[in-house]
Amino acid sequence: MERIPILKMGPFLLVTIQIDLYDRLALDLEEDLVRMVEKTSAKGVLIDISAVTIVDSFMGRILGNIASMSRLLDAQTVVVGMQPAVAITLVELGLPLNGVSTALDVEKGMALLKSKMLFEEEEDEQEDDAGIN
Amino acid sequence: MLVNITSILKNKKADILELWMKNQLSNPGLADDLISNQDLRSQSKELVNALVNSLNENNIENSNSSDFDQVIEILGGISISRARQGFSPRETGFFILSLKETLLEILNQEISDVKELFVQSLRLSRLMDNFTILTFETFIKGREEVIMRQTDEITDISTPVIKVWDGILALPIIGTLDSARTQVVMENLLQEIVITGSSIAILDISGVPTVDSLVAQHLLKAVSATRLMGAECIISGIRPEIAQTIVHLGIDLSQIITKATLASALQYAFKSLRLEVKRSATDTKLFNKLQY
Amino acid sequence: MTLALTKDIMIVSREQDVVSLRNRVREHAVKIKMGLVNQTKLLTAASELVRNMLRYANGGRAIIEVVSSGRINGIRLTFEDQGPGITDVSSAMIDGYSTGKSLGLGLPGTKRLVNEFDIKSIPGQGTTVTILKWVNG
Repeated sequence: MERIPILKMGPFLLVTIQIDLYDRLALDLEEDLVRMVEKTSAKGVLIDISAVTIVDSFMGRILGNIASMSRLLDAQTVVVGMQPAVAITLVELGLPLNGVSTALDVEKGMALLKSKMLFEEEEDEQEDDAGIN
Repeated sequence: MLVNITSILKNKKADILELWMKNQLSNPGLADDLISNQDLRSQSKELVNALVNSLNENNIENSNSSDFDQVIEILGGISISRARQGFSPRETGFFILSLKETLLEILNQEISDVKELFVQSLRLSRLMDNFTILTFETFIKGREEVIMRQTDEITDISTPVIKVWDGILALPIIGTLDSARTQVVMENLLQEIVITGSSIAILDISGVPTVDSLVAQHLLKAVSATRLMGAECIISGIRPEIAQTIVHLGIDLSQIITKATLASALQYAFKSLRLEVKRSATDTKLFNKLQY
Repeated sequence: MTLALTKDIMIVSREQDVVSLRNRVREHAVKIKMGLVNQTKLLTAASELVRNMLRYANGGRAIIEVVSSGRINGIRLTFEDQGPGITDVSSAMIDGYSTGKSLGLGLPGTKRLVNEFDIKSIPGQGTTVTILKWVNG
């Protein structure tokens, strides 16, 4: 039974999808990721789909689910490396994935995650300050 | 008395070719700059042979008969190549119509009975008319292929993607934005984003004559696709009339960043990337050098 | 007059079959020199339709044909199943795109990805969906 490996890099989790996903694999990934986020108290999830040639409505929804579930566990998700043909197809299908943050590559994705974390910290500080008053 | 015109024509094959060549060459409308006499003769010979050899009493009234496949192939080939080379429809049509005239002239020479001549001429005429229609249809198809190819070329040329700065791309869209164009724009844009690693794309639509709900939908698609790649899209070049149309049509562009000019879009882009454009202090030494 | 040049039949019974189906379709698409974006659209459409077949009918068969219109080539895919069928085909084809609703069977979206789309369904007997994509989209 194949499962997609999830790497821990500091406060982030990195998933690189190298193979063609079919439904069960995608669902397993969703489950595994969410469990790992909880277990490691990860602050961010980076999903690298640069090797993925087909993202259909099911896969699209899984990506959306992962983003929503992670957010509930206080982690940000960034999907990186979407291929142009995939982006065009998803838009035509009617799945613009508005709730999912994206970046061009892993490097930019990491930068985005870090800046989001910083933003969250600032928000928390502001709330604390406001709380004192 | 039934005249066998197929044997008449077979016997007179050489005469037919000579007479036909004479008719073609004497025609002032002959495009002799587009085809040499030699080529014309060999084309004509090929057609005469194919036609005369395949014609018989059974198929003369049926232009769809498979006996004529070779004739049709030759005619089709000549027609398409002429369409591509730029022959006029008249010049191409004349090729086969002059053959019809020639055949009828030959019949006139060989058949003395007037009634019989009329009947046979009519049969032959009908057959040749069908071939003529076919010639024109093929000619038109050839022309359409040229038009389609040119349309593709125009589409390619009119959607350039320009890197205006590190990380910033600009696409001036000129002409109507239909769904075919949108596909091309999206493909080119997304490719460039990957190649240049850009994070901002400015779509300038000042060259797009009308923006209705369909065009707006196309723009939205392009913006969504860009976002999926991790880049942001700014639409610039919104003329006042376009702004009016958009609001009157109730099109919702609130999810997109829009600017009136490419310049302001560029300014916005610089700001997002935390880039500043400053005027540098004048270097008087350099200034003096430039004066000479 | 669309003429079929080749015909390939695949039985789809498990999820993993999606992968082999995609690969087979991709092979044919590449052979007729279909561009990457059009390939992706075709394969994604196939993916959607196979999922429906597996989910609602426990599988079925997929027919992959390379076709020719006389002018250009294309790929025609037919998905046949003996499932419960769709009672209201017209509702299933309503475009929820602009309202952002969930896609249900994903049919309207799939239709946008291809040039021709045909669906025949008899409740209780099964469903047949045929899609066609020309090489130039």
